[in-house]
Amino acid sequence: MSDYVSGYPDYMQESLRRVEETREERIGKRFPPMTPEERQRILEEYHPDWRMDQKRRLRVGPDKGLLMPHEVADILEAHSMVDPSAIDLGDVEFDVDVLVIGAGGAGLSAAILANDSGIPAENILIVQKLRMGDANSKMSQGGIQAADAPNDSPVLHFLDVMGGGHYYNDPELVEVLVKDGPEVIKWHEELGVLYDKLPDGSMQLAPGGGTCRRRMHSCKDYTGLEITRVLMDETVNREIGCVEFTAAVEFLKDEYGQVAGALLYDLDSDVYRVARAKSTILATGGFGRLHIQGYETTNHYGATGDGLVMAYRAGARLVHLDSTQFHPTGSAYPEQIVGQLCTEKLRGRGAQPVNADGELFVYPLETRDVEASAIIRECYGRGKGIKTPTGMMGVWLDTPLIDIINGEGTIEREFAAMLRNYSKFGIDIRREPMLVFPTLHYQNGGVKINVKGETGVPGLYAAGEVCGGVHGKNRLMGNSQLDLYVFGRRAGRAAAERAKKARVGKLTLEHVEAYERMLAAEGVETDRRSPILLPEYRGKRALEHHIKLV
Amino acid sequence: MESDYVTIYVLGKKHKVPKDLTIMKAMEYAGHQFRRGAGCRGGFCGACATLYRRKGSYKLEGALACQKIVEDGMVIAQIPFSPAAKKTYRLEELKPSASTILEYYPEVSRCLSCNTCTKACPQDIMVMDYVQAALRGDLAKATELSFDCISCGLCAVRCPAEIVPYNVAQLARRLYARYIDGPAQQVLDRVEEVEKGVYDEEIERLKKASKEELAQLYNSREIDISE
Repeated sequence: MSDYVSGYPDYMQESLRRVEETREERIGKRFPPMTPEERQRILEEYHPDWRMDQKRRLRVGPDKGLLMPHEVADILEAHSMVDPSAIDLGDVEFDVDVLVIGAGGAGLSAAILANDSGIPAENILIVQKLRMGDANSKMSQGGIQAADAPNDSPVLHFLDVMGGGHYYNDPELVEVLVKDGPEVIKWHEELGVLYDKLPDGSMQLAPGGGTCRRRMHSCKDYTGLEITRVLMDETVNREIGCVEFTAAVEFLKDEYGQVAGALLYDLDSDVYRVARAKSTILATGGFGRLHIQGYETTNHYGATGDGLVMAYRAGARLVHLDSTQFHPTGSAYPEQIVGQLCTEKLRGRGAQPVNADGELFVYPLETRDVEASAIIRECYGRGKGIKTPTGMMGVWLDTPLIDIINGEGTIEREFAAMLRNYSKFGIDIRREPMLVFPTLHYQNGGVKINVKGETGVPGLYAAGEVCGGVHGKNRLMGNSQLDLYVFGRRAGRAAAERAKKARVGKLTLEHVEAYERMLAAEGVETDRRSPILLPEYRGKRALEHHIKLV
Repeated sequence: MESDYVTIYVLGKKHKVPKDLTIMKAMEYAGHQFRRGAGCRGGFCGACATLYRRKGSYKLEGALACQKIVEDGMVIAQIPFSPAAKKTYRLEELKPSASTILEYYPEVSRCLSCNTCTKACPQDIMVMDYVQAALRGDLAKATELSFDCISCGLCAVRCPAEIVPYNVAQLARRLYARYIDGPAQQVLDRVEEVEKGVYDEEIERLKKASKEELAQLYNSREIDISE
């Protein structure tokens, strides 16, 4: 280690020494994957989804009785942040064919495809709560799946998605996910997205947890950033309007029961604005910032589940919300970046999860729910975790193996973001492992859609993380990036076709008032209001971590 | 303990905050609820570009609020938006050359090679070098050097030649990816197969399979992830 000073506290050095001592013998060692029975058992014993005291059945609306985390039920069993009687719906500020809510990967794809489908740019409007591109889409590191390798096929991809999702997936959605996959990569390359290639010009592909082939396409470990910024650039080039710092807070309907736009809330001025549209596409992303069960999250600041609330009040149906994805490897140390993502590609390239004694304790590429459960078991079931100065537990992710296995320079080349972010806190991941623990990552369930992105509510389409069904009860790495573009493009096309024929009547918020009456009828008494739009971290909350583990 | 705290100045206002917090969390501790100026909170989006001055120093330095730890006496101002120029173009009509860069961003030729942009970059990117590469028409180099850019805007705010380096880089990367790196043949081949319906029958069969049949196929599928 010569001149290198460890980035970890003194008391962890003994454990780090054991990791270093055992590294040599762990190279090339294959830990056997679990049997289906072992997987089921560890999920039931250790996965947060199986903590039934952390969930309840929804008391209101068309999916009354649906099981979900308390934090999600809390925003659905809540009053609207809007008082419909105080809004003048006659004052229409934006009047367009296609309204896209959310400017992440799904929303931008939808807007571009609506434009390609014949809707002029000036008749498309994107509204975005924060900045254009501010979304989980941009934070994806490891990659995007698509079955284009010669030894791979959409059929194998289909099997992996279904098995990974424990067969709860909607097979129709899975079919279009895997069949559209190669087309999405082709579209990206035409737009000027730079994928990692081998010297012969073929794709550099990595495996992910639960994939039976190397199927992960990457742009270093800035995959989401690279794709999102290209889509942003393309959207601006086409002069498609995007109103930033403006959140949609309720859908607007008309007397025919169609969704006909949205009520917007300007975060700069705290003023409501009316947007009327013939087709509306919901692409607001997930709910990580609700901190399910007190978990830290990898998610973007704006991921507060707004879309679920609006869609449910407008009559859309929800699926699989009982299932939440905890990414196996979030940072557990240093404190400043606790909960942030340590990409699964690290394991795809050879990093191993090892315990305080330097032992490899799980096959590194189990599906995410199983891998996360194994790490929780190592810390809380077997007492082989490492405690951080703030009392959090973690295990080592032995990253120096990556350079040993793939050659020096691999981490610098392929994991520039990870290397940079850790070096800012004094840890060189080429020399020392990362300390990791599962972190809240993805909303597996959400708004129910069909293969066109239709929600069942006329005029309302949805795409991306706000939706459920395609990933069943556990999503595989790289399939959410793919999902964004597959369903964003589909929703954009379908919304454009509808907008060419649709007519919009008189705008109303009557469905919001009806939801209010439902809350009263079900005896839901609360002062909660939603959507919440921003998480609350002011004051002492800036320091809080309290995972409800034991 | 008193030593566990530091004093910072947010837009001039004094706050006592726990040491070791990032600028972002310190501002929240001090009572700010971000609307602008917070994004991914993980160093991937560039929403939280921040200028700061250290105690006793005259120098303005740049950082991402989510990645920088507060220091005692730090004076902090966020720059969450930069009114930078972005040209519009149709990528499919362009040529991957220096003249394209100069046509859309002629100001790159005014680069003074002062390296202020590089010094301002919170990602430690060699910004001046990629601007120079773009100017030469070396799109491969410009792409490679700029790839980790998160468009936070700090380089553009500091550039005395009024260049917007990250927008120049975006054009250079898209040109390089589309025209020089080019599409992977395996992708085009697979798209064609899918369009011909090569996989339809098998997927149709899987869609109709019972959960037990699917589980049997899944559990017995061959795993081949060797290179």
